[in-house]
Parts: sequence; C-alpha cells; structure tokens
Amino acid sequence: MSMEDLYHDIILDHYKSPRNRAPELEGSQVHVHHSNPLCGDELDLRLRVSDDTVDAVAFDGEGCSISMASASAMSQAVAGRELGDAEDLAEAFRLMMHGEGVKREDDLLDGIAFQGVAKFPVRVKCALLGWMALRDAIESYRSGEEARRVTYDDGDEPA
Amino acid sequence: MDATTIRKDFPILDRAVHGRPLVYLDSAATSQTPNAVTEAMTRYYEEANANVHRGVHALAEEATERYEGARARIARFVGADPRGVVFTKNATEGFNLLAYSYARRRLGPGDVLLSTEMEHHANLVPWQLVAEDAGFEIRYVPVSAEGELDRETFSAEVATGRVKLFTVTAMSNVLGTINPVDELAAEVKAARSDAVVVVDGAQSVPHLPTDVTAFGADALCFSGHKMLGPTGIGVLTAKPELLESIPPFLGGGEMISNVTLEGATFNEVPYKFEAGTPPIAEAVGLGAAVDYLDGIGMEAVRAHEVSLIEAVLPALDQVDGVTVHGPTDASRRGATFSFAVEGLHPHDIGTIMDREGVAVRAGHHCAKPLMRQLGSPATTRASFYLYNTPDEIDALVDAIRATQRFFDI
Repeated sequence: MSMEDLYHDIILDHYKSPRNRAPELEGSQVHVHHSNPLCGDELDLRLRVSDDTVDAVAFDGEGCSISMASASAMSQAVAGRELGDAEDLAEAFRLMMHGEGVKREDDLLDGIAFQGVAKFPVRVKCALLGWMALRDAIESYRSGEEARRVTYDDGDEPA
Repeated sequence: MDATTIRKDFPILDRAVHGRPLVYLDSAATSQTPNAVTEAMTRYYEEANANVHRGVHALAEEATERYEGARARIARFVGADPRGVVFTKNATEGFNLLAYSYARRRLGPGDVLLSTEMEHHANLVPWQLVAEDAGFEIRYVPVSAEGELDRETFSAEVATGRVKLFTVTAMSNVLGTINPVDELAAEVKAARSDAVVVVDGAQSVPHLPTDVTAFGADALCFSGHKMLGPTGIGVLTAKPELLESIPPFLGGGEMISNVTLEGATFNEVPYKFEAGTPPIAEAVGLGAAVDYLDGIGMEAVRAHEVSLIEAVLPALDQVDGVTVHGPTDASRRGATFSFAVEGLHPHDIGTIMDREGVAVRAGHHCAKPLMRQLGSPATTRASFYLYNTPDEIDALVDAIRATQRFFDI
C-alpha cells in the first residue's frame, strides 16, 4: 500500500481547494458540530433542505487532509439528492471505508478516491467524519432540531 | 555513554519500517526494551515461576526473592523506603489509588486540590472522579506561553491556605518542561503543614536522576514501560506512614492479615495495596530495567539527552514553518518536543513520517487542557531517549521536509 493510495491526487486537490467550505450557509436549517478527539479534528456542517432534498451543504473546521478533503467531496456528491438517497450514499461510503465493497461508485463522485483510505485503519474515521456529520444533520432536520454536537471518542490514546 | 553501543542491546531498533530503518522517536509514549529486561523475565519463567509470598516450596521462595529484590532496587533507584514502594499496573493506577484511598477521605468541603494545566489525563481524571463525592474543589495553575508554570498564580493559590493536596508532573509529556518540584513542594508545605504533594514521575523518572526525598514530596507515581521496562507494571512510592494511615484501594488475597465473614484486617504496607497475585515477571523486568539504567548512570543518560536537546532545537529552527513548543533552555526541559508545522495537520505529518521510517506521536497526548492552552487540538511529538543518536535528528528533519514536499508547502 503506497502513500499515493492514501493521498490520491483528487484528495490533495480537495484539501488544497476545498469545495463548499464556508463558516455560514444562508437559509440553512441545521448546524451540527462533530469532533474526533483522537486526532483533534473539528467539523461544522450546515445543511439547507428544500422539498426533502439536500439543497446545499457547507462545512468548515480544522482537521487533517483526509477529513477536510472527504467533507469537501461529500458536499458535492450529496447536493441535489433526496434526503433518504443522501443517507443511502453515506452508508455506501461507510461500507467502502470498512472494506465491504464499493456500491454506487458513480454517485460518490470524487468520494471514490478515498477507497484507499480503508487500508489505513487509523485514518478511516477521518474520512468518515464529514459523511457521519451529514447523516446526523439529516436526522436532526427530521426531528426538528436546529443544532447538535457529537463527539466521537473511542477511548483515549495511551500517553 | 555511547548511544551507538547501547543500541546493540535493543534488537527492535535494528528493524525496518516500510522498507526504511526504524527511527524511534516515541519513547515518551513507550520506550523500547533491552535484552537484559526480556532475558530477566524469561529467566524468571524458566527458573523460578511460582506465586509469591504464599508457598513454602523452593520455587515460591525464589519467586518471592526476585520480586522483592526488584522492589528493593527500584526503591534505591528513586531514593525511597522499600516499604513505601507499591507495585501498580502503571502510573495511572497509582493516582487512582491516591485519589480513592487518600483524597476522597481526607479532603472535603473548603479544601482545594491544586493541580496544573500541564497534567496528563492520568493525573487529572482520577481526582475529578472523587472531587464531587468528597466535596473538595480542584483548581489549576496555568501554563505560560513559554510552557512553564505560572508561579505567581501558584503562590497566590497556595497562600490561601486551602491547598491540602498539590499534584504536579515533574516533566511535561507534551512540552518537555521540567518543573521545580522541590521548590513548589516546599512552598505548599510552608503554607499548610498537613498538605501533601503528589508527583507524576512518568516522564521524569526514566530520564532524570530521581530522589524522592529531595523532591520533598509525599508520593511519586511512574510507569515501567517508559523506562525500558515491560508494560503492566508501575510504581507508587509514598512515605510508609502515609500508606499506613489510609485504607486499601483494591481488596483481595495477599493484602489481608486475617479475614472472617464479618470483615478483614489488613496486611502491612506495601502489601496492603497489592491485592491478588501481582505482575511478578513484570516487576522482575522492571528491576532489570533499573539495573540497566543504573549501569549506565542516570547522570549520563541526562547528559546524553541534554546534548540531543542542544542539537534538536537549532535543527528544527532551521526548518521553515516549524514551531517547537516549550522551554528553549536545555536545563529546563527534557528531550520531548511537541511541534507544529505550518499548513500541515499532525495526523498527516505522522502518517508521512511513518512511511519514512520515523515513528512520532500525533494527537493530544492525553493532555487536552494543555492542548487547548496551546491553541491547537493536536501536535506532533518527537521524544528521544538514551538510544537515540544525532543521526536520528537528521532523519527527523528530513522526514519533516519530506512531508512538506509531499503536500507541496
């Protein structure tokens, strides 16, 4: 497994020129904050829904290249999708990250470039951060919440 | 002391990682283990394996001799009374023991437990767990921009006379800062005679000559696996009188003198705190690690690390975009360096450096309050030990530059 499989050109491109990265999103109904204390990644995701469809997603935050690039690729892949469909795509991405096959390859758009991350177990959570935030934002929207904070903490690192 | 010769005692340092020679710069997390330690543990299993303190047969006696021999040598290594040396699982367990058996009973409403913002979670969370029940307050000494404790705030806190327990790390696992434990302990005791001082020695005991008496502290906790020993063994050393005055932490066999269905009376210290069959082979291994360090001499270990510090700081200074946290004066720090590289996240740095064969740590180093203070959720940390060479400083610098090239920064 080479370094280039992890840091694919597409990933580096999204990292250096993120799409839909913004501190605000006009008309957004939901804001979720996800963090991964293990690596110190912090991600804000704002979601605007119209007619049960993802109208727009904006993300912002601080994190490693994998987490930020993946959020950027996700924001493009889910735009214009019906909420249930976006959730299904998030599930397809999650399964891909856990090495359980690639589904909806074309729909993932640049998200497919993260396939190689599955071979780096410690980085899988980085790639999932944006997608899990999206899933959570959709759930929040449906339950009528406006904001939600989620911290992923699978125990502490050793000293 | 010659690091190149010393490396021959550590077979793991010869291995390759991703096709590159291993450059191990993560000793602050876990140090590597010399042959002498693994051989002592193997010999124990091959020659003397039995339970300690109970059998009347020859093996049980020999096992007890090796176990108690290790305790005596470890006690001497830090200048402690062997009756005050309790074997624990790690430093963390030592703090938990003191939190539950001491702080929960002896501190109450109106009392302050004074800690610092540079503590490891191991020396934060156990106290927090008992503070609410016991009703005492935990206050923290801030850390300055230079990575040192704010002495003015410390003095002001101590002057209130409310500080009944002060706990501090002797060396920060993130910044490498060496704290003047002796001065701080003296100030705490001068302000309140019944105050106790607890020291986190997890980072200092492996790297600096240690004398608990000179610290003027009541208790010191450290871990075996950061000082060339095995995992699964740590030490709490405390004044025997203090240990005698508090109840046991864990109950079970070995720690009792008599048990009826109504209750039990407890064994003498330190056995009162060693419930159940202890990690005997690990204690023997830690004893061998202490012998190994004694053979080299802790003054020599420290001198070697000072020479590394004096080379690392200017070398990192030469790399554009790199900022090293913590003291710049070698006499005030250990060879543990947390740094930031402009435009790069520590996790990416750690991954690329690993591919270059350089093992560093990326993350919050179990010191989240301090990371918040540094204004960064994570750093990259390179930590050196007696087996690291100046060539490995070049490897570190090359690996940082490789990371910058990879990300085109």
